[in-house]
Amino acid sequence: MNFPESDVLPEMKIGLDDVPEISRHFRLQFEPAQSAWVLLYPEGMVKLSASAGEIMKRIDGGTGVERLIHDLETTFPGAALRQDVLEFLNAAHQRGWIRGRR
Amino acid sequence: MAGANDARGAGPRWLLAELTYRCPLHCVFCYNPVDYMAHGAELSTDDWVRVLREGRALGAIQLGFSGGEPLLRDDLEVLVAEARGLGYYSNLITSGIGLNETRIRAFKEGGLDHIQLSFQDSTREVNDFLSSTRTFDLKLKAARLIKDYDYPMVLNVVLHRLNIDHVGQILEMAEKLGAEYVELANTQYYGWGYVNRDRLLPTREQLERANEVTQRFRERVGGRMRIFFVVPDYFESRPKACMNGWGSVFLTVAPDGTALPCHAARMLPGLTFPNVRDSALGAIWYDSEGFNRYRGDAWMKEPCRSCPEKAKDFGGCRCQAYMLTGDPANADPVCDLSPDHHRVTDAVAQARLGDAKAQPIVFRDNRNSRTLARKSLPTT
Repeated sequence: MNFPESDVLPEMKIGLDDVPEISRHFRLQFEPAQSAWVLLYPEGMVKLSASAGEIMKRIDGGTGVERLIHDLETTFPGAALRQDVLEFLNAAHQRGWIRGRR
Repeated sequence: MAGANDARGAGPRWLLAELTYRCPLHCVFCYNPVDYMAHGAELSTDDWVRVLREGRALGAIQLGFSGGEPLLRDDLEVLVAEARGLGYYSNLITSGIGLNETRIRAFKEGGLDHIQLSFQDSTREVNDFLSSTRTFDLKLKAARLIKDYDYPMVLNVVLHRLNIDHVGQILEMAEKLGAEYVELANTQYYGWGYVNRDRLLPTREQLERANEVTQRFRERVGGRMRIFFVVPDYFESRPKACMNGWGSVFLTVAPDGTALPCHAARMLPGLTFPNVRDSALGAIWYDSEGFNRYRGDAWMKEPCRSCPEKAKDFGGCRCQAYMLTGDPANADPVCDLSPDHHRVTDAVAQARLGDAKAQPIVFRDNRNSRTLARKSLPTT
C-alpha cells in the first residue's frame, strides 16, 4: 500500500518545532526484496512509497522537523519540500505511525 | 537476498510456521486438519531454523508461530531469537496456556514482536465449555503478562452461534484487559469447524445484531481499540480473495514439514505437497506442482474463467470449492454466480432450524482425530 495522496488533510498536530518518533509497537525497516521501506505492526504491513520512506527513515526520536526538512532539501536539492513533508507527517500521525513531542 | 524477486515472480511475504498440532485445548471450531493424528513426526529445531532462513531469503517478512499450541515447543525461544536476527516481524499465535514469566521474558529479549491471544468467550463457563478445558483464568493471567511486558494486546475471539450473542460482553472484556486490537473472527468452516458446521453457523439475525453492537462499541472507544469483525463468508455473495491468491504471498509449513499454500490445502485430492525435509523452500515455492496447480488463472473453469472479478477474488477458496462441490477447480460456491451456490444458502437455512436436527458436537481431541482419519473427508 502506498501513501494515499487524496486523503483529506488532518488538523496539523506536528509542526516545525516537533521531534517525531516512530510509535511504540511499530517497526520500520528496509526490505531489499521489495526495494522499499516497510512499516510493520500487529496484523499488518505498509509498504511505503519512495518519498514516504525517505521521510520516515529520518525519524529517530532526536531529529526535529525543521532539521529533517533541511536534510531532505540538501539530499534532494532544488525541491521545496516543507509543505509536503508537513502534510505527510501529519497524515502519519493521524494513522498512529508516529508521535510528536516538543 | 538474491532471488527475492525472482524472474519467475515474487517470493512469499507471509510465512506461517505451524510448529505443532498438539494442543491443550479442544476447540470445536479449530481449523487444524481433523486427521492430524495420522501425520508424521514434528520437525526438529534445526529444520525450523533452516526453514526460517530460506523463507527470509525468499523475501518473507511476516512470520506467525502457530499450531496447535506453539508454546508446547520448548525450542520456541530459539526460533524467536533466530527470527529476529533474520529481520522477520514475528507473531506468536497462542491460547496463552503455558505462558509464564520466564518464557515471556525470553521472548521479549529474543525480539518477538507481538502476541495474539485467543479467548473463546467473555465468561468462564462458555470459554471452558467451547475449549473443553478449564482455561479461562489461565488466559486472564496470560493477558496480564502480555501487558506487563509491554506487548501490544491483540485478542482473537472466534465467533459462532454459541457465543456471537455475547459480542458486547466480549468487547467489554477486551477493553478491561487493555486490548489495542480485537479480532472478532467468525468461524471459517474448515477442519473441525466444518465437522461442527451445523452447530456453529449463526443466523443472519445474530450476525446483524453482533455487527451493530460492534459498530456502537467502535463509536464509543474511538481510536483506542481497533476492532476487526470478520463476517463468515457463507453469508456473502462473492467469495473471499483466499490467501490473496494461491501461491501468491502465503506459505505454511505444517508440523511434519509439509509445505502448503494455505493451512487447509492438504485436504485437496490429487495433489502432493513437498516436504521441507526433502526440498529447499525456493524450489517448493517456484517449482513444485502443489504450489503451481492453482497459481494464476489458467486452471479456472466457468463461471470464473470469463469473469471480470477473477483478478479480485481469484475464484475464492480451493478448499471450500472442494468441500462443497467435490472439485477444487470449481468456483467457490460462496459466489452467487456458482451453480452450486445453493449448497451455501442451504447450510445457512439449515442453521435457522436450530440444534434439533444437528449432529452432536465433536471436540478436537486425539481420539476423535483418529476416528476421523479413518473416514474419508466429508464432502456433500
